[in-house]
Parts: sequence; structure tokens; C-alpha cells
Amino acid sequence: MKGGQNLAEMKAVSGVPESVPALLARNVAQFGSKPAYREKEFGIWQTWTWAEAAEEIQAIAYGYLALGVAKGDHVAIVGRNRPAMYWSMVAAMKVGAVPVPMYQDAVAEEMTYALEHSGARFVVCGDQEQVDKVIEVQGTVHQIEHIIYQDPRGLRKYDHTKLHALADIQAEGRAAHERFEKELAEREASLLYDDTCVMLYTSGTTGKSKGVVLSNRNVIETARASSEFDHLRPSDETLAYLPMAWVGDFIFSVGQAYWTGFCTNCPESPDTMMTDLREIGPTYFFAPPRMFETTLTTVMIRMEDAGSLKRKMFHKYMEHAKKVGPALLDGKPVSLGDKLKYWIGDKLVYGPLKNTLGFSRVRVGYTAGEAIGPEIFEFYRSLGINLKQLYGQTEATVFITQQPDGEVRADTVGVPSPGVEIRIGDSGEIYYRSPGTFVEYYKNPESTADTKDPEGWVATGDAGFIEESSGHLRIIDRAKDVGKMADGRLFAPKYVENKLKFYPNILEAVVFGNGRDMCTAFINIDLAAVGNWAERNNIAYASYQELAGHPQVMDTIQAHVEEVNKSIATDPMLSGCQVHRFLILHKELDADDGEMTRTRKVRRRIVEEKFDDLINALYSGKAEQYTETEVTYEDGRKGKITATLEIRDAAVVEAAGQAQVAAE
Amino acid sequence: MTMMQYEPYVTADGRTIGNTMMEMTNITLRFGGVVAIKDISFDIREGEIRAIIGPNGAGKSSMLNVISGFYKPQEGDVWFRGEKRGPMRPFEVARQGIARTFQNIALFDGMSVLDNIMTGRLNHMSSSFLDQAIWWGKAEREEVANREKAEEIIDFLEIQAIRKTPVGRLPYGLKKRVELARALVAEPKLLLLDEPMAGMNVEEKEDMSRFILDVNDEFGTTIALIEHDMGVVMDLSDRVVVMDYGKKIGDGTPDEVRSNQEVIDAYLGVSHD
Repeated sequence: MKGGQNLAEMKAVSGVPESVPALLARNVAQFGSKPAYREKEFGIWQTWTWAEAAEEIQAIAYGYLALGVAKGDHVAIVGRNRPAMYWSMVAAMKVGAVPVPMYQDAVAEEMTYALEHSGARFVVCGDQEQVDKVIEVQGTVHQIEHIIYQDPRGLRKYDHTKLHALADIQAEGRAAHERFEKELAEREASLLYDDTCVMLYTSGTTGKSKGVVLSNRNVIETARASSEFDHLRPSDETLAYLPMAWVGDFIFSVGQAYWTGFCTNCPESPDTMMTDLREIGPTYFFAPPRMFETTLTTVMIRMEDAGSLKRKMFHKYMEHAKKVGPALLDGKPVSLGDKLKYWIGDKLVYGPLKNTLGFSRVRVGYTAGEAIGPEIFEFYRSLGINLKQLYGQTEATVFITQQPDGEVRADTVGVPSPGVEIRIGDSGEIYYRSPGTFVEYYKNPESTADTKDPEGWVATGDAGFIEESSGHLRIIDRAKDVGKMADGRLFAPKYVENKLKFYPNILEAVVFGNGRDMCTAFINIDLAAVGNWAERNNIAYASYQELAGHPQVMDTIQAHVEEVNKSIATDPMLSGCQVHRFLILHKELDADDGEMTRTRKVRRRIVEEKFDDLINALYSGKAEQYTETEVTYEDGRKGKITATLEIRDAAVVEAAGQAQVAAE
Repeated sequence: MTMMQYEPYVTADGRTIGNTMMEMTNITLRFGGVVAIKDISFDIREGEIRAIIGPNGAGKSSMLNVISGFYKPQEGDVWFRGEKRGPMRPFEVARQGIARTFQNIALFDGMSVLDNIMTGRLNHMSSSFLDQAIWWGKAEREEVANREKAEEIIDFLEIQAIRKTPVGRLPYGLKKRVELARALVAEPKLLLLDEPMAGMNVEEKEDMSRFILDVNDEFGTTIALIEHDMGVVMDLSDRVVVMDYGKKIGDGTPDEVRSNQEVIDAYLGVSHD
């Protein structure tokens, strides 16, 4: 990595190549001898420079031509992140075909839909597992003609009339290069800025998955804007470990990597990801909140097992880091003494810890996908890791908003990315329009029209608002869950419920208020947390119901609700969602009783029907309510529990916005 | 006496089973007054997966130890690739291309997985002690070649993530896999597996079965294994020898063995469905 410094100063931009293969050609010309791909194989990091990678890609492209890949064909790619899988995608672009990366952990049935819908004639597989699935799919989907695989293990004895090793395809391509040289050059030259670059299937958690068509313009414009936003450099390193079918991986490992010319590193196997992360020490890194959470938990558990000196040192310096770390990262003034103490902490604690986690060199880190707990977010930032949030989706070619350096907070998702316009609809739904806005859903004009209006505005399906003081976007909830209260104020139940559930004592919360004049809530206590507290305070209880009804428990929960109210009141948009009255349910919401899904999401409508009497009591001002509830035991028997529940009023805070409404 | 001659044939899954690789003729093994193996003859063909089954104390492990040269039978001969085996010590047998795993894992607990596997390459090293001590010339070249082979096996058995982990810290199922790796890295012609799946859960058994089939398929290694799990034995093996009280009571394909009355009585039991 001697050349790193010089390369960093090299200009990444020179003209605008209009396709990914054109970017590849530019990279070969500009930094041909710089590493483009690395993969750990046989315990050693193998490196390919941009020039070497381009040769490999070219060989695959010639091989595709020999196999008969036509312009506009779809080439499905399914396998784990390996350089050859990325090369297969770029080679497909070179011959004018469209790569369609697919989720490698999908079962054959799930793959069938996407393979059939895309009309792919060629499938590139990582290994035997994927080949087996595609062969199974071929039973019903007859348009698949050829299967190409990378790892030959276990495939030697398969019928090879329509099955080819990638290495063989490359060898064939190399041998036939003279025959196809002109053809390939022509096809590559004919690629236009608005031609399709890639097609990505959405995960399809709601209904059938859709094939999102992204053009070269989408990919290149977004890659350029986002690379410049974060000042990415050719000397940057990333680790490619997230599913290749996910738009994020495509933009990070192909879009931005090709635009900027940085190096994409592929782990040896999914199990070695953490070791490989430490060895590579990426400078640009993305991970979903779950990964940061798991890592933090591991660190905390290991610290609890450490010797007392280490433990004390860790806690002492982490406390200091929490105080000044984020400020230092944001370039805010910090006293000299604090700086010195942070410097010592860095030598003793933060530095070694970051090194163990593989985060020593992270210059730009992102997390997205779901809300990240503020304490997790702050932990990494206090260590000096520039972790930021972004908000995006496949249809936007990832980027809708992202946080600029120095303006990073746990509760926003940042400002609109360069070139992105954002509009909040009347219902609170977020709309955007950008150069990255997708072309269409493949073979699905109705859905395209539903999602994207003629002016190019796309509905995200999320509700949120732009914070006036900072211009940052804040996401509240899924748009379909957001409603209006009787006086027209915004009602966002999940936003409030998430805040409540942030307290360890509260397991579940259901907030009501759609079309009503105030918000109320059902609370489920967390038996483990509250039970633990009861034990320590010598409070005897025989059942969940008894503990839930204990006055001291009610007091604790009331304090939590009031704290949440205070925090909500600071949001002018959402101050109407403060919880005025609440009760603690006499039973835990349970999937067996149909109150939750098996994935533990509250079924709001069923809860509303089932506990109709309790909701009425919340809104009628009663101080207690008798109720009978049918429950299903684990063996399927049904029984009835009866209870008289206490209903409490919680203090609400008069917010500025609210006062205005009242005055009008 | 010559070895039994077979015509090579190709199995349904495309593997070629060749002529006799090893033949045991009239083997009798005694420990003092105890007769562990009584006049047993059977053979192992090139490329096949051969199972030895039987109830506890039937003499299966003793048989495996005869094949590996650890026990010397009082009567009978062992033929390997057309030659009668004379008095031989275990390391000489290993040099012939026979490697094994053990029923009770026999790894070096304090050493890393990689180091353990490297010990399996001992027979492929010819550089002198001095060369190795000063890491010069041949020693270096050999080590590089051996490491490459070891890494190939690590990749094959998917144990990259534990490459540097001390074996003592690994769970049982993985230790078994490391032991298989150490045997494989010797590039054996004949691999002996002593209860490779004992004490494993269903998932680990499935993995191990897959690896055994892959080893046989990819490297063309002949495999002789002892196993208690009947389902596994019947699925994996081409031919099965059944032993009981030191005697051979059955020999043939899984189907033949399954329908052999003597075997049913002694071991398999009667199916009631």
C-alpha cells in the first residue's frame, strides 16, 4: 500500500464515462496497477489490479459471446460476494446484457419467480448449492438455457451439455477473442447513458417482489454524487459482504467502486467475515444496525469477563469518550484537558478496541435499514468512528438522504443527498425525485405508475418530516400506519411505541388515537426486567397479572410514559401524540391468541377489537375497568382470565405548537 | 496366491469402482486367549466406500487396526495393491498411502487447527532437520507446498474460520472435522474412518456424510469406515461387511446385507412396518 498517499491525491474524475464498462476502461487507463479486487483464498489475500480485473472481465465477456448471449438478455447472478461474481455482472454489461443479481439464500421456489419474470437465459452460480437450485427451477422455468458456475466442487459428474465452469467460459473466450473482438467493441461502444445497467429484485416482504430497472444514468450519477459527498478516494478499501442482490452492495461495490476506483475486498467465507474485517481494516464501511448491536453486545460481555483493572479502565475512559468523542468527531471545541484525556484513552482503550473490531481505519461508516438505538450509535461515534446514517431504497438507487460529516445525530437520517429533491405529502408521506430515480418496474407498468408519478416523484411509503432547525429528514413510521387525530394533528403510533419500548421495563406498547382527540396506550411490562426489580425490592408476586397491577409498577411505568411525553413534546409535528391515559394489560400480547404475528409484530386491528371495553374505558375517563379475556394455553385449551385494571392519567406537556392550535 | 479380480464398473452417481485395492485373507487376531477376529476374509476395491458394521465388541476397530498395520494378526495375510504386506510398522503403512481418524479424537489440543493439519504432511517432507532448523532451500519450498495442500483441505472442509483456533477450544463436531482434515492432507489412497459420526447431532452427521462423499468423489479416495448409524452406513457405502463376535456374518451391497437373515438376527432387528 505504498502508493496510497499519491493515489489519494489523484483526481478520480475525468469526463463522464456513460456506462460501467466505460468506467472500467477509464480505471485501467488511470490506475491500472492499483488493486481493484481482493479475495482471501487459501488463507492468503489474492489481489487483482484494475488492469488484471479488466482482463478477467473481458475473457468472461468473450465467453458470453461464444455462448450466444444477445444484447438485452438478462443474466442472473447468484452467489456470495466474490470477485468473479462481480466480474460476471460487469461482463454482462459489456456485451449489452443486463445483470440480475439474486439473493443466494433464497430457496428454489423464491428464485423461480425472479428467474421466470426476468426471462433470464443465462444464470451464473457461485457453487453447487446454487446450481442445484437453478436446475430445480428449470423444471418449471424453461427459458433458462445455460448455467455457469464458479466453484467446481461436487459438480464434476453433472451433465455438462448446458452447464459450464466459469474458468472454461473464460478459456473459451480467450481462445476466441479474435473472432469476437469487433463484436464486443461494437456492443460496448453502443451502450448509452439511459440503457439499463442492472435489474434488482426487491425483497418482496409486501406482496410479489418487483424487478427494479436502473439505468447507467441512475447508477453513475448516484455513485458520483455520493462519492463526492463523502470524499471517497481511490485508496479507500471496502469489505463486500452484504447480499449482492441488495441495491446497497451494487452501489458500494460496483457503482462507487468503479466511479472512485477504490478496492473491493471479499471475505474468505461468510464465517470468517469478522477476521477478514480486522485484517482488511476498511476505510469505507456499511453495516445494518443489527451488526453494530451484536458487536457492541459482544464487547460488553467480554469486558465483563475481563480483569478488574481492564474493566475499570474501560468504563472510566468510555465515560470520557461519551462526553467528548462525538464533539471531537464533529470538530466542535473541546477543552485541552479533555483532549489530552481522550488522547490517553485512545492509546489505552479506544485504539486497541477499534483495532480488534476492524474499525481502526474507518473514515466513513454508514448504517441504514432500520432505526439504530441512540446508545449504540453514540458508542461507536464516541470511539472516534465516523458512523453516519442514510435513508434510501432500491427505487432511488440507494440514496435519498444522508448525514454530512459534522451533522450526525441518532434521530435523523440526514439531509437530501446531492441532486435529490424531497417533498412531504399531505398525509406526511415522503416523496423524492432524483437522478437516481428508477426507470421502471420490469414488466409491471401499473406498479410503476402507482409508485412514480409523471413528474418523476416517487412515493417512499414512509412518513416523516423535515426538521426546520437543521433541514434534516426524520422518519416517523410506515405511511400506512400514520393517521390523523380528531383535530387534524399527525398520529404516528409506532414512533411513540418505539420510544416507550426503549425502556427495558416495557416489552410492548400499543398506542391508540387515530380519529380521536387524544392518545392513549396499552402497556405490556417485561416480566424479566420488572420481575428482577421486584425480587431486588422484596416485592412478592404470583403471576404476571399480579405484578402488572402492582401500584409501584404502575408508578414506574407512569414515570416512563411521562418522560416519553416530554420528549415527544419537543417535536412540534408530533406533540399531539403524547399519551394522556394508559393501562397495563393483564396479559402479555401473544401470537397464540392472534394478538401478534409470529414475528412479534402487534396486530393492531385485532387488539382493538379484542380489548374494545378497555379502549372505551381509556376514553371515558373511568379510573378502573373490569374485563374478561379468553386466552389460549399452549396445549390448545382455552380459558378465561378476569381482572380489574387501573387506568392512570399521565402528565402531558403543553407544546408550543399545541398552544397555537388551541388558540386558533 | 493372488488377489481377487474384479471388472471395473461405474456407479449410478458416476463414480468408477475399480479392481481390488486391499484384500484380507483368513485373518485371525488373538489377544491372549481372547479371539478378536476369527478367520475373516474380505476385500476393498479401488474407489469404493466400504463399511464395517457390527454390534459392540464385534471386532470392528480391531479389524481397522489390522488394516492400518497397528495390530499384526496371528494368522492370515493382508494384501495391498497386489503385494503381500510383510512385517510393517504403522508409519510404513502410512507411507503406503493409508491414513485414518480415530474413534476418540487424537489431536494436539494445544496446537492450532492449521498446525494440527500440517502434522499430516509429515510423510511428504524429506528435508533434513538442519534444513528445517535454518529454514533454507528445500525446507522452505516444502513448507510452502505443504501449506498450500493444507489450505486446499481447509477450504474443502470449510474450516477457514477456525484456522488459527487452538483445537482444545473447538466443539466436538469440529474436532472430528479437523481430524478428517489431518488425514486428508496426507493425500491417502485409502482413508480409514473409525466412527466418524459418533456423538454428532443430525446436522453435523449430514455435513460429515456430505464431506465423506465429496472426498470419495473429488479426490477418488477409497474409504473404509466403521459406523453405528445404520441410516448413514446404508446411504453412504457401496458394500458392507457385517461382523459379530469376531466373525464375518455378511458381506455385500447395503440391500443384500439388509435382507440377510443372519444379519437381521444379530444386529439390524426386525422392522415392524
